[in-house]
Amino acid sequence: MSKKINPYVLMVLPAFIIFFSFHTYPMLQGVFYSFTNWRGYGDWDFVGFSNYISVFQDGRARDAYFFTFQFAIISTILVNIISLIIALGLNAKIKFMKTLRAVYFMPNILSILIVGFIFNYIFAIFVPLIAESLGLTTLATNILGNPDLAWIGIVIVAVWQAAAFNTILYLAGLATISQDLYEASSLDGANKWQEFWKITFPLIAPFFTINMVLAMKNFLMVFDHIMALTGGGPGRATESISLLIYRGGFQGGEFAYQSANAVIYFIIIVTISVIQIRYLQKREVDM
Amino acid sequence: MRNNKHNWTITLLLILGSVVILFPLYLTVVNAFKTPQETAESILALPSSFRFDNFIQAIEMTNFFNAFGNSFYITVLTVVFTLLTNSMVAYAIARNLHKRSFKILFYYFVSAMFVPFPIIMLPLVKQMSGLGLMNPTGLVMLYIVYGLAFNVFLYVGYIKSIPKELEEAAIVDGCSRWGVFWRIIFPLLAPMNATVGILTALWAWNDFLLPLVILSDRSDMTLPLVQFVFQSQFSTNYNLAFASYLMALLPMIIVYVIAQRWIISGVTKGAIK
Repeated sequence: MSKKINPYVLMVLPAFIIFFSFHTYPMLQGVFYSFTNWRGYGDWDFVGFSNYISVFQDGRARDAYFFTFQFAIISTILVNIISLIIALGLNAKIKFMKTLRAVYFMPNILSILIVGFIFNYIFAIFVPLIAESLGLTTLATNILGNPDLAWIGIVIVAVWQAAAFNTILYLAGLATISQDLYEASSLDGANKWQEFWKITFPLIAPFFTINMVLAMKNFLMVFDHIMALTGGGPGRATESISLLIYRGGFQGGEFAYQSANAVIYFIIIVTISVIQIRYLQKREVDM
Repeated sequence: MRNNKHNWTITLLLILGSVVILFPLYLTVVNAFKTPQETAESILALPSSFRFDNFIQAIEMTNFFNAFGNSFYITVLTVVFTLLTNSMVAYAIARNLHKRSFKILFYYFVSAMFVPFPIIMLPLVKQMSGLGLMNPTGLVMLYIVYGLAFNVFLYVGYIKSIPKELEEAAIVDGCSRWGVFWRIIFPLLAPMNATVGILTALWAWNDFLLPLVILSDRSDMTLPLVQFVFQSQFSTNYNLAFASYLMALLPMIIVYVIAQRWIISGVTKGAIK
């Protein structure tokens, strides 16, 4: 018995080695290259923190961060409000419950890239056409072609798609609440509004935390939506951080520089997630 | 006390709301069958006849069946190997969480959930091309490895709720630890396997960024990638584009219509853990 290798170790060892080789090792390499001036090919030297300093001074990077944050915060809030409302509706005593749930969950199974292409057509052709026939001049042009409005189009598509998954999470949360609580509160004369804020919302608080953290994290990594809708344009108005790293790293010969950008991006995502979890979980306990 | 009457106001509001979801799909379906002239007359109208010219042309231009085959191959292999390997890793971790080394391993895997892909993307592509893995095989391997973080998290939570007594009895009867896993635990994991399988399939089928950076050969392209290349080259004929999008979305929609109850409950189970 003592000479045999523990089977548990054999079960995890290959996974550990492969995971390290294809996840942790490239990550460490990325951190390493961020301190060099490597372009992805040829010779390189150590340059210390100069890539990091450059990122902070780079207007293009600043714009990408600003766009990504604006997009992620607004989309996170909208997705959570909308999916909570839909979940409350789907949780009520409604007719066609199964069919409606199936319809509302459908966007989650569709490729964001292709959905983006379809919405691209809606924004470019359909909406202007309808707006023109109704005499609404502000909407008569493609919003994706307007540097000030293009982000709204991306928010719409992102919310359309992501609300499906968040609705499912909220529904799962609502299913855990005992019906007795509502019966008791209605005996006490609570109205629907009080019922929601005093019972429903506190009890699904853990699901609110999960939804906020997941939605924020996913939206900070936005990529497919932008490729399908604007390609980062017009100009660079909708260039997200992941798009910038992809473009600069693979096409712009900025391997080391974008590695530094990626490290900063990583630190920001982890920090935001930790702060969100801490803050929202504290609220859960308080209530 | 209970009233079993349906709330028609909410039902009606939800039906109205579902238009927002179904409308883009309606637009796609009707315009996939129309000619540009018909669309110019009315975007919303039903097509005058069911002609499949757009579909035939889109199939040729995107090499649809090749891309479909690639997506199918990648998704099936990813799901099968993810279920077989990730559950085993999670089992070993779940049964040894009292040991420090396994606990560290658990947090090591799970913390990878918060690593954004762009930070590994650039070095990874260098590494994969050095190893000659810029192909579907390499892609499948990456899906299995990158899914580990979230899947281990799901599986460990579930395995902890399975009583150990069953396993101890089997060991006493002379079953090995491997035998215990394959004969007792793996079948008991069925609900979690369904959840992980569904989430993994959705991910592998719809993913765009990873195939974009990993697949180098045009003949290896998956369905989303083909749409991307097609869109940037032939964006003028929208009817053709819609036929192409519809064909790319249709396999998933058909699977969903058949198995939606199962898919929704699978995803919900993943959410509660």
